[in-house]
This record gives sequence, structure tokens and C-alpha cells, in this order.
Amino acid sequence: MVETSDIRVVRCGGSKVNLTPPIISSDSRFVLCTSGDLVKVYSTRTEEWLHSLQGHTNQVTGITLNPANHLQVYSCSVDGTVKLWDFIDGILIKTFVIGCPLFAIYVSEKHTGVLFLHVSMATDSKNECFQLVSVHLPKSAEQEVEAKEMSAVSSHISKNPSCTAFGRGGEYIAFARHLQLNVYFFRKQKTYSFSLKATDKKGAKNAFTCIACHPTDDCIATGHEDGKIRLWRNFIHKKEYTYSTQHWHHNAVNTLCFTPEGTHLLSGGIESVLVQWQYGAGNRKEFLPRLGGSILHISASSDGQLFCTSHSDNKITVIESSFKVCGVIQGLVKGDAVLTDLMIDPRSKALVLNGKPGHLQFYSLLRDKHLYNLDIVQQEYIYEAGLDQFEVVKAAFDIKGSWLATVEERGKKSSDLEFFLKLWAFDERTQSFVLNTTITAAHTDRIISMCFSSSEETTMLVTAAEDSQFKAWCQGADADTQQDQNFWSCDFVGSYHKLNPTNCSFSADSSLLAVSFQEVITIWSPDTWEMLTTLCQPPGVIRDLCFGRLSCSKYLLGTTTKNLLCCWNLLTCELEWSTSVDVSKLQPDPFSENVAAFSYQSKHTDLFVFKPSEPRPLFTNKNVCSEKVHRAVFVPREEPLNSCDESTQWLNRSQLYFLTQNMDLLTFSTATEEDRMLSSSKQLVIDDSVAVTPFYLLLGKHRQQQQKLNTQSHPVSDKPQQTQGSVTIKELLHTPAHVLPAASVLCSMFVNSFLISNTGVQQDPLREEMDSEKEEEDSEEEMEACDSQQELRAQGSVDEVTPKLSKAQERELKRVRKTDFSWMAGLIDSKP
Amino acid sequence: MASFKPTKVQFLPKLGEKVTEDTLYWKNYKSPVQIKEFGAVTKIDFSPLAPHNYAVTASTRIHVYGLHSQEPIRSFTRFRDTAYGGSFRGDGKLLVAGSEEGLIRLFDISGRVALRQFTGHSKAVHVTSFLSDGFRVVSGSDDLTFRVWDVPSAVELSSITEHTDYIRALAPSKLNPDLFVTGSYDHTVKVFDMRSGSSVMTMQHGHPVECVLLYPSEALLVSTGGRYVKIWDLLKGGQELVSLKNHHKTVTCACLSSVGNKLLTGSLDRHVKVYNSSYKVVHNFDCDASILSMAVAPDDEVVAVGMTNGVLSVRHRKHKKDKETLTSRRRRGPSYRVFVKGKNFVPRQDDFLVSKPVKQYLRKYDKQLKSFEVSKALDTALQTWTRTSKPEVTVAVIIELNRRGTLKNALAGRNEESLTKILNFLLKHIFDPRFSRPLLTVGDIVLDLYRQVLHQSPVVERQLQRLMEVLGREAELQQELLQVLGILDTLFASLTPRKEVLWEEHCPMSLNNHCVSVSSVSADVCRI
Repeated sequence: MVETSDIRVVRCGGSKVNLTPPIISSDSRFVLCTSGDLVKVYSTRTEEWLHSLQGHTNQVTGITLNPANHLQVYSCSVDGTVKLWDFIDGILIKTFVIGCPLFAIYVSEKHTGVLFLHVSMATDSKNECFQLVSVHLPKSAEQEVEAKEMSAVSSHISKNPSCTAFGRGGEYIAFARHLQLNVYFFRKQKTYSFSLKATDKKGAKNAFTCIACHPTDDCIATGHEDGKIRLWRNFIHKKEYTYSTQHWHHNAVNTLCFTPEGTHLLSGGIESVLVQWQYGAGNRKEFLPRLGGSILHISASSDGQLFCTSHSDNKITVIESSFKVCGVIQGLVKGDAVLTDLMIDPRSKALVLNGKPGHLQFYSLLRDKHLYNLDIVQQEYIYEAGLDQFEVVKAAFDIKGSWLATVEERGKKSSDLEFFLKLWAFDERTQSFVLNTTITAAHTDRIISMCFSSSEETTMLVTAAEDSQFKAWCQGADADTQQDQNFWSCDFVGSYHKLNPTNCSFSADSSLLAVSFQEVITIWSPDTWEMLTTLCQPPGVIRDLCFGRLSCSKYLLGTTTKNLLCCWNLLTCELEWSTSVDVSKLQPDPFSENVAAFSYQSKHTDLFVFKPSEPRPLFTNKNVCSEKVHRAVFVPREEPLNSCDESTQWLNRSQLYFLTQNMDLLTFSTATEEDRMLSSSKQLVIDDSVAVTPFYLLLGKHRQQQQKLNTQSHPVSDKPQQTQGSVTIKELLHTPAHVLPAASVLCSMFVNSFLISNTGVQQDPLREEMDSEKEEEDSEEEMEACDSQQELRAQGSVDEVTPKLSKAQERELKRVRKTDFSWMAGLIDSKP
Repeated sequence: MASFKPTKVQFLPKLGEKVTEDTLYWKNYKSPVQIKEFGAVTKIDFSPLAPHNYAVTASTRIHVYGLHSQEPIRSFTRFRDTAYGGSFRGDGKLLVAGSEEGLIRLFDISGRVALRQFTGHSKAVHVTSFLSDGFRVVSGSDDLTFRVWDVPSAVELSSITEHTDYIRALAPSKLNPDLFVTGSYDHTVKVFDMRSGSSVMTMQHGHPVECVLLYPSEALLVSTGGRYVKIWDLLKGGQELVSLKNHHKTVTCACLSSVGNKLLTGSLDRHVKVYNSSYKVVHNFDCDASILSMAVAPDDEVVAVGMTNGVLSVRHRKHKKDKETLTSRRRRGPSYRVFVKGKNFVPRQDDFLVSKPVKQYLRKYDKQLKSFEVSKALDTALQTWTRTSKPEVTVAVIIELNRRGTLKNALAGRNEESLTKILNFLLKHIFDPRFSRPLLTVGDIVLDLYRQVLHQSPVVERQLQRLMEVLGREAELQQELLQVLGILDTLFASLTPRKEVLWEEHCPMSLNNHCVSVSSVSADVCRI
């Protein structure tokens, strides 16, 4: 077996962005959110992903702005560290090692140098007991510091991080668990606790779900499981506390947030309606309905101009204070289960699977970006727990991507099943799919499997359903009306001994259709609708079915529930080979003969890639992941790799993505590919983060013109120098201003770099040296003044800039530095 | 933020009805104008001249109507006995008619008194017609003869007895003044040439011939009799081209439309059928009595049908102009200016643009659904106009409520009046295959909800009784249909053993399901 190290399983894109509340930078330009073990920085204006803060080794569980420096952010992670980042440039400043898994982080302006963290109690991990601890951060210049100074604040902490909040200016901290609200006063070092009855009169559930404290007033707002919001006042005196109740949400309040001025309270729940309550004005409220999935977190920017809501459908919505949605950051939507297959849209090469309820999502894997949602159900989604709604359960593209067939279904639990088969045509003008035909009663029972014919000329759809029939659907003219109609109608109904079909598949040239009925595979000719032959290999019901491609097109592969992988030769109608392996997913590569089979054995999944004609697998990867794999897809590469290594050859033209039961999207990547990815991503990040300023436009235009000139005259010889030049400019522009030397130092250098170097005139080197010596003497005093700046320069990136300049430029620079400093110094000195 | 998605109303086509151009053409008639005559209308003839007045022979009178008049503009009443077969001359100035006593009268269209009387027939004359030269009249009589008369001198030119039974059909050739076709109750159709003085062609229709008709080209001949309509090719020596059997009673009349020469036949079974050029029935007019006569005006402006109960039913063609005037009169909204106000304003360069959100217009029930007022939404959908003219909208709202899981809430807490509305709707549509599924659920829920209080209202109880009857009848019908399908299945299986797969259509299954659900509900009703 070939166990190679250069192919490895990587987690690719689409991790959750809605785990923790997103935070908005104080200038409202960036939104930060956690995404797996990264912290992602998005632009609020363009919704574009700018860069990510990479460094944690496990799930990031909390982020918060550093109250001392608004350009820095703390993040905590399950790996037991808190990291301090400069989020604008993505630089890791410091790492504090705490040593135990952290679940949430809170800071307060009043407590500088102290972090409040949720840690799980080490004693009994099974009981999930959480503790709120404060950690004093040691002041040290080192990059990695161990923070040992911990003191427990309370152990009555809910698992839910939104059940803890700092009160007015950090004077107290409020936290709730189950039916108890605790307020800890830092000055008095005392905890007051207030509790509610388990059930109210009407059997309402009173448990706390979230908490928010008013920024300037002594008021705590709490959300409850029954949808009530309580405003607690006067809790400083333990006995005389009061609360008022407001009720709008019909289900649990997921999150509460006060605006920074404290004039409004924002709340959200499963209804996906953002409610804005006017503080102190009783019941007056505003609504922003239909935001998407249920609202999980709300956060407000420090100037109160922007709100951010994160939703259960892996989405962050940026909302202006005037209640207008101005941006949506959408991640890969992963519901409880992906019911459709993973598919590739042949046009956009995007991954297609069901996303929001009743929608299909198109997700670009290359850019890790959500492209768009296609509304399949076209019905108002009711946000109510336990309601049986239409879900897209099947979808298929034809080979050119001009038709899309979907099946939506409702009534899994109840007896009356409703489903629709819909056919969508691609509209060139709007560049999206448009509903063409809706078939209401395509079958009398649930559709099991669906596939398009693979020929380019005629498109045909075959559906197999539990009513023991399969039907072929064609698009064509109706003879009676003599109109060239464009919609689909049933062409053929087939069955086999009243057995329930389990799967159907077209051969690569669509000259054959294989439909499996329980244990029997029937082969049909789609032209005449004759049944050509039947194949059978008992025992076991056929589960997966696929034809070989290209040189292996004479083979038909099938897997059975009794752990058998069979291969039939269609020319001889005999079993070619069979092997005992529990295949959970069989996926043929559309661009080669290869077939990938995922098998689940003894609690881990193995992958085999093989050709139907060869007995030996091309590639084997044991223990790909620990869950079962039910969905997989081959994604064509934009440019094929040309690796000759036998074990990586199968990844040359396409890439295999698969989805585990835990909804992780994984893929295989080779070493060469990773290198390329790394370099390209760096390039990308730099390009994206440049703000479009007049200055940039000027420079960018200049650069483009240069490039054009170069390509016209002699592209090869000039290229390296050109790129070098651009790198220097880039570095110059992208180094943060506070680490650069003063602009006055750089100015002359910069201006000179634009001058055409006078290479034609050769100076006498001896004379030059003498000159320089003389100047050195002259400018000794001045040099001292500049010393501090020089030091800075040594650390900063200017150091990196200079070596990259060409020799002529360097000499020029040197000369310039020597000559110009005298008068420059005069200027600088005269100014202050 | 996504906007509210309105309820989707599914427009399901009615089964077995396909919209073709022919149906659209023939549907484009206004509802018929009924004119009461004194007796059965036996003959209608349109004047070939411009105003296209038409002569209607009924009882002892012949009335001449204008195309759009409902009152006769002229009537000839000087018959002592029943008049028959009033027909115009080619110039529309003279009219000839036979009568029960055997007299044939010739009228000037502007006069009252007969210009000529042709006497000679010993029995009733049912058919009379001008030959195409306009100077001769041919008549067929129950005395087995037909005679040709000279108009100026009022003398009989010839009398031929070839038929052996009553002559009831006559069609003169328009191209040749010496040719005419007769049909008789002796089951034959004969073509006569006056130059030879005898029949030149004889065709066996097989049933008493009620009507004969020549195509304008005069290559094809139509004869009707019994339940059959037969088309003969005269150029091939009277070979039978097609035999049509679309009526289930005697076909009494046939005529050709002037646009496209479509054949229309009327029958005692109260239907007028329209055929296309390949003799398939493309449209069907229903009348309320057996049809005796029929005529189509030039340009198909009017279809006039005469019936045994003495009613003349006249259908006028709809014109686009009429429709426009109708709709423009109905619409009384704000003027165009209101809508375009400010639409074409171009902002100046330094203007700050504040866009107004586009308002989404929703139906009333959608508005109520949006604010979760389920009972009100159902009430809106059950309003009389919606309920009667757009039942699919009502059903769509019911489906939407069911999807939201609030159908029970919407149906609960109703008084007798609104419950009656729902039950009426159920009664009308529950057996419609398009709506039956959601409506059966409604029926179930209504029964569950009001089981205890149903007995308090006699109205509701009566309606439930009716519902049970309807459902029982429907279940029986489905049962019978299933049996028929079973018979058909065996038939087809024995005929085409190889194609057996093809014939396992989905109909039996769906019917079966439907049947089962119908019977379950009817069982529920029974229990109550």
C-alpha cells in the first residue's frame, strides 16, 4: 500500500462564523469574527474578507477589543492561550498561556491588565461546570508569557457565554445560570443573587438565556426562555430590587445588546426579527424582520452607527443604525444535514448544496466565498421550532449546466407527504436559474434518486421513486397544440416486477440507463425504452451505482448494503470482480477513469481510489476521518497539475472534496499545490487590503502603465526588476506608519527613486569618496540627531527595502543621503 | 432583508382540455341571444348580400332578422300551414319556401305577398332552393318527386321521381346551374344533372339522409343522417372519404364556416360540433334543446341555431374593440399622470439621492398572513367572489395555512354562517381532483372541531348530509372507474404483451389513493 506523506487531508473553508459575537472595530471599518481556529477580518463596507489572524491551534472561542488600545484585539481559544493581535495588519503581538481550555473572554476598561475568562472546572469534566476567573496579565516584553495569576470570581456560571456581562463602567459583573441572576460588585467584593420561580402561573419557562447591562445606568436586561425580557433595577440594595417585564418574542430570546449610548436595547431570537426597544419608553419598539436564520448574537459598534447580527445560517449581517441592512457576510451554510448531494455547477464551477431552508447555495471553493442562494421553494419561511417545512432534498445539473432539477419535500413525520419536482433553466441574460416547470405529482411516493442524461444534444431526466416506478422526463413540443413549448413532460414510465427502485445512473455517453431495483440492476436503452438486460449479485440491496468513464466505460460499478463492491462487464454481462468492503459513498471522477470509494470500518473512514479495470487501487488513505462520509464530489481544477507521481496523479485534473457527518468539508491536497496556494494567498491579501485612495490610484495607474509598456517592448528582460520595484513600493505602503521612520527621512529617497538615474555619467570614484568624507565631517552633528531614527529604521522594514534596490539606485541613494541631509536637517531643526 | 414572499397560487390545467387555436377561435363568441319563435325552427338561411340578413322558417311564418336585431325586420306570414325551407336567391332579393300543403311560394324580400305560387306537389315540400342561374327553383317533396320550376312563367319544367322515400335534403351547385344534390330517407344521396334529366351519381349513406352540403370547390359532398356524417369525394365518382360518428343522436344539419371551411354539425343530442380540416372535433357548443337547423353568417360573424322548442339561439362573435371599450369603462383608477409624477426627475450633480423603498403590493390575504392573522386570511379567501370565480386562490390559502400548521386555528371558532360558507365550498369542489387533497384535510379538521356542536344547527347538519352523499357518490364512481381500468389493463395486456410496462400508468395508483381518502372521510361523516 502506498502511504504517501505529500497528500494530506485539509479542512477547507466554510467553518462557522457565527460561534461568537462578531466585533466591529472602533472606526467601523472592520468586522472581526471567529472562524474555526482563525479570526477573520472583514470589511464592513465591501463585505470582503481582508485577512485572517492565524495562530491558534484549536477553536477560537472568544474575541474582544483591547480596551487600552482600540487597534488591538484579544482572542481566546480552547488550546488554552489568549493572544493579542494587531488586527489591521494581522500581526501577533503577544501570547498569554493560561494552560486550560478557555470558552469566553470579557474585558472592562476599568480593569486594565485583567482578563475575565470562562474556564471549565478541571475537577469534573463530565458535569460541564464552568468558572469565571480573572487573570492578571504580567507585563513583560516577551512574545510568549505564561499568565499564572488567576483568581476565581464565581463558579455559578452558565455554559452560554452570553449569560455574562459587565455593568456600568465595569463596576460590577452580572452572570446568570438557570433561574438565578448573580451580580458581583468589585468594590464590595460581594455577590448578590436574585432568583426566579421555576414556573410562572402560565407554565412559562423562566430560565435565563442572555444578559446585557446598560452602559451608563444601573440596569440589567435579561432574556428568558419563554421570550420575555426583564429589566432589573435597584439591585444594589439586595432586598429592594425591582424588575419590569416586556414580552414580544414567542420563543427564547437568544441575545440582548444595549447601544453604546444606552438609548436602545436590541434583542433577537429564533424569529429572525431584530427588535429595537426604546430604553425607558416602555413598549415602544421597532422591527427588522426576515434577516435570515435565527439571530444568535448582536453587537454594536462603539459609535453606535453599526450593528452586527450573526445568524444560525452562518451569516453576519451588518445593519446601519437607521435599521437598513448594508452588508451580509455569508459563510458556507451548513444546516443539520445536507440532504442533496454535493454537486458542481458546470458553469461557475461552484459547489452546490442546500443551504438556507428551501434554498440551494452556490459556494465558490476557490475563493472560499458564498456566491448566491437560489430560492427553490419560493415560500415564506416561518421561523417556528418544530414546524414541518419544505426542504430541498434532491438536486441535479445536466452536463452543460443549462438545466437544474430539484425535488422539494415536506412531511417526513406526518403521513401525507408533499413534494414537487421543479426544473430550472439557466437564463443567460440574468445569469441565474429561472423556474421552467413545476411537476406537482411526479410520483405517488418519495423520489429516491434522480439523474440527467449525460449527452450534450438531448437532455432527459430520470427519476426513480418509492412507488416502484421510474419515469423519464423530456422537454419537447406537444403534438396537439402545435406550439413549441419549452416545458417538461413525462416521456416514459418503467417498472420492474413492482420492486422499489433504489438508484439510477446514465452511462457516460447516455446510451444506457441503469436502474437498480432492490437487488437487481436493469439496463435500459433510453432511445427505444427496451430493457436490455438485468444484472444481479445477491445478497444485498444495491446502494450506489455508477458507470465507468473513458476507457473503462464498459464497466458498471455497484455497492450493496451487504458490504459488497461489484464490477460488471457490460459487454459480457458478467461479474468482472467483486470485493467485500463497506462502501458508504462511491464517486466517479468525471474527467478520468478513476472512482473514489469511501468505506467505513471500525470507526474510521478509509478512501480507495481505483480504476474499474485494474485490480490494484491507485491510492489508499487509511483513516481519512473518524466519521462516516456520505457526500463527496470531484471538483475540476482550473489548471491541471502535472505531477507524475503515481499516488498523486489522480489529483491532477480534479480535486476530491467530501463532507463528513459532522458537516466538515474536507479535501485532499498535494505538497506542490500547497506551496502555490500559500504564495497566491499572500499576493491576494496584499491586493485586497489596499484602500482605494487617490494616492493608490496614482501609483496603481503608474504601475499599470509601466506594465503595459513592458509587455509591449521586452517583457522578459524587464520583468524581474519591475516586480522588485513594485515590491518595494508595496512594502513601503503596507508597513504600518508607526513603525516607519519619519516621512521626512523617506521623502527625499522616495522622490529620488522617481528620477531617471544618470548612468551615462561616470564619476571618478576617488573623488566621490573624498567628497563623501568631507560631507561626513560636515554632517556629524546632524547625524547624531538622526540616530534615534536610524535605530528605528534598523527594526523597521526600511531595512528590508534597501537591499532590494538595484545597484545603481543604491548608489544614487547613498549619494543622495550624503548630500541632502545638511539642508534637510536645517529644515527639520528650524521647524520646531 | 428578504421581502415577504406571497402565497403561490397554483394554476392547474383542467384535465382533458387542451387549448388550441381552434378552440380559442370558436370560444370567442358572446353568450347566445335567445329569440322565441312560434314553433320548431326548421331552416335558417343567410342572405349572401352585404347586410347578411337571415330568414328563419318556423311554424307558419318566415321571419327575416338583421344581423344584430332581435326583432324581425320583415316577416312572411301568408302560410296556411307550416312553412318549410325558406332560402334566398343568390342576389338576396327573392326568397322561396315550401309548405306542408304542397305549395311553393316565392316572395320579394321587400314585399309581403307572394310573387309566384308553384302548385304541383301532392304532399308537403320540405326543401326548396334556387338554382345558381337564379331563374329556376328546385323543390323536393314527400311525394317522392322533386320538381324544377321556371320563375318568370311559374311553370313546372320537369319532375323526376327517383327516390323511394321522402326527400329531405337538397343542395344546388353554385358553379353549375344544372347540377344539384338531393338526399332522401331512402338512405341515398343522388347528384342530378338537369341536362340529362336524371341522376348521374348515387351514394349510399346507410341512414335516412337529413342534410346534404357541398363544399365551395364542389369536389367534396357532406351528407348527414342517423348518427353519421359522411364526406364523399365527387371527383372520384362518389367515393366515401370519411365517416364521422361524433354525435349520439341523429345529425340534423351541417354547414360550413366561411373562414377556413370548417365543418359544423348540429344534432338532436343538443350539441354543435366543429371539425378541423382533418375532421377531428375541435370545439363543441352546447344548446338547451335538440337542434334542427343551423347556419353560419359570412365571416363567421354569427352562428344561428334553431331548436325543436322554437328557440332561435344566435351567437355573435366577440371583437377586440368591444372588449376594450368594456374594460376602459370599468377601470376608474387615478389617471396616468398620478403614476408618473416625479418619475422622470433627473437629479442634479451635487444632489444627495435618498431612494424610496419600493412598496411591495400584496393581496389582502397575503397581508393578513404576513401579520399572522390566519382566521382573517381564510375569511378573505372565502369571500364570495374569490370562492366562486377563483377557487384555486382559496385552495392556495388553505394549503399555505396547512403548511404553517395553523389551519386548525383558522377553522376553529366559527359561527354557523361562516361554517356554512366553508361547507359550501367543500361541497362544490371536494371531488375536483385538483383540490380534493387539501379539501379533504379541511373536511377532517372541521369534523374534528365541530363534532360536539354540529347537532345544534340544522343548516350545517343538512350540508353535512349532502357532503356525505357527494362523497359516497364520488367513492362509488372511483370504484367503477377502477374496475374499468382493470378491464382495460387486462385488455391491453392481452393485446400487447411486450408493452405491458407502458400501461402501468400512474392513474390507477392515484385514483386508488384518492378513493381511499374519499372513503375515509365519508366514513367519518357517516359516524357523525
